[in-house]
Amino acid sequence: MAWLTLAFRAKTGRTEVLSDLSFSLADGSWTTCLGPSGCGKTTLLRVLAGLLEPDDGTIRLRGRETRQTEAMAYLPQEETLLPWRRALGNAVLAAEVLRHPRADALREARALFERFGLANAEELYPRELSGGMRQRVAVIRTYLAHREILLLDEPLGALDPLTRTTLQEWLLDVWRELGKTVLLVTHDVEEALLLSDRVLVLSPRPARVRCAIEAELPRPRSRAEPAFVSQKEELLRLLTEEAE
Amino acid sequence: MNERAKRILAPILLLAALLAAWELAVRLAGVPGYILPPPSRIAATFVVRFPMIWGHTVVTLAEIALGLLLGSAAGFLLAVAIVYAPVLEWALHPLIVASQMIPVFAIAPLLIVWLGYGLWPKVVVAALIGFFPIVVNGIDGLRSANAETVDLFRSLGASRWQIFVKLRLPGSLPSLFSGWKVGATLSVVGATIGEWIGARRGLGFLMLQSNALLRVDVVFAAILALALVGLLLFGAVRIIERWALRWRRTSAS
Repeated sequence: MAWLTLAFRAKTGRTEVLSDLSFSLADGSWTTCLGPSGCGKTTLLRVLAGLLEPDDGTIRLRGRETRQTEAMAYLPQEETLLPWRRALGNAVLAAEVLRHPRADALREARALFERFGLANAEELYPRELSGGMRQRVAVIRTYLAHREILLLDEPLGALDPLTRTTLQEWLLDVWRELGKTVLLVTHDVEEALLLSDRVLVLSPRPARVRCAIEAELPRPRSRAEPAFVSQKEELLRLLTEEAE
Repeated sequence: MNERAKRILAPILLLAALLAAWELAVRLAGVPGYILPPPSRIAATFVVRFPMIWGHTVVTLAEIALGLLLGSAAGFLLAVAIVYAPVLEWALHPLIVASQMIPVFAIAPLLIVWLGYGLWPKVVVAALIGFFPIVVNGIDGLRSANAETVDLFRSLGASRWQIFVKLRLPGSLPSLFSGWKVGATLSVVGATIGEWIGARRGLGFLMLQSNALLRVDVVFAAILALALVGLLLFGAVRIIERWALRWRRTSAS
């Protein structure tokens, strides 16, 4: 089911970053945009998050043209927790900005902290948390905006490989339990294959969707599975081919 | 000796050594009291004349406190205005800098002509001197919010007010407090200068008057009182700072 569809081109300054990019997201699915560094992945998310105006094109939600911002919860790439708020206060920030009832948001945040491995972190400040814990809080904050689509910009990019692996499983866990539509952007081929229903391979700038690959292996996926390895090789081939 | 004891003892010992050297030098060289009194004499004067000194201290403290309050409020509002309307920065920047180039001694007599011999000219001088570091640090602080966090707020459709209250303002506090600490110290100087130009009460007035009477011990006692006022103010700002920025003190695990 084509639930969200978009087609647009966008320029930042005078360079065309996205060119006739179009794809759709199915309700409750996990889609990953995979592309070389600097191909315009972040620009794509910024357009969807309402931070950049596309030069032309449309974004449709269930067939109706939409003001993109109202359906999307955006998690920027850089650290965005507020250092003066405790973990719980950070988790309810988006809900607070959207003027959702504070008591409900807090109750929900506490339950999510309990459920998703942050039970003792509620009252800690970001600087007292590990990088992995901070990203968990940031993801929960994004979820608590209660928007239909989560836009994740390389949320695990800054983490060490071990934490990264743990967090990939954690993200999958959260996604399965909370049932949101996710659009992830990454340059990590394994991460894309481990997590997604569908991987969109983007071309270098200006980005187009080069091809879409359905990742149909049952979850949890193992990096060692032959089918996984062959898909990974195919993706790597596509990415390097484009680079030439 | 542990670190903490060293940190407390080191300044005390240094001060004691300096005072002892002063005392000794004055006594050995036989310097007359109206040129340089020994610390023991100053201490005695401070204690004996304390009620009189206290009366002047209260006046000066009120001038400083009001001046600092006024200067901080004006400085902060100016910083906010400049951050939100860059054209104001271009317009105001030369004026703000120039206001710091003009010696306060040049303005203070005018203020006395305009505002009389009472409290207000001193308050205004203290405010004028104290507001500059608050504007400068306030602007830096308000601009320190990182762009991605601003994007996060904008993606949620946050209003400018929400971005200000939830992001820029708390983010500006560390540098705002740095400015405030400098401002608090400077406003002590400002109030004293204001009193030198023309006053009937206050520690600056007491200094000037005692100097004319060759009561150098009273001058020093007044300086001591002024130093204590400065320390008190600085300490008060530090305490508020530690409370407001408690998130910074927590140790990283």
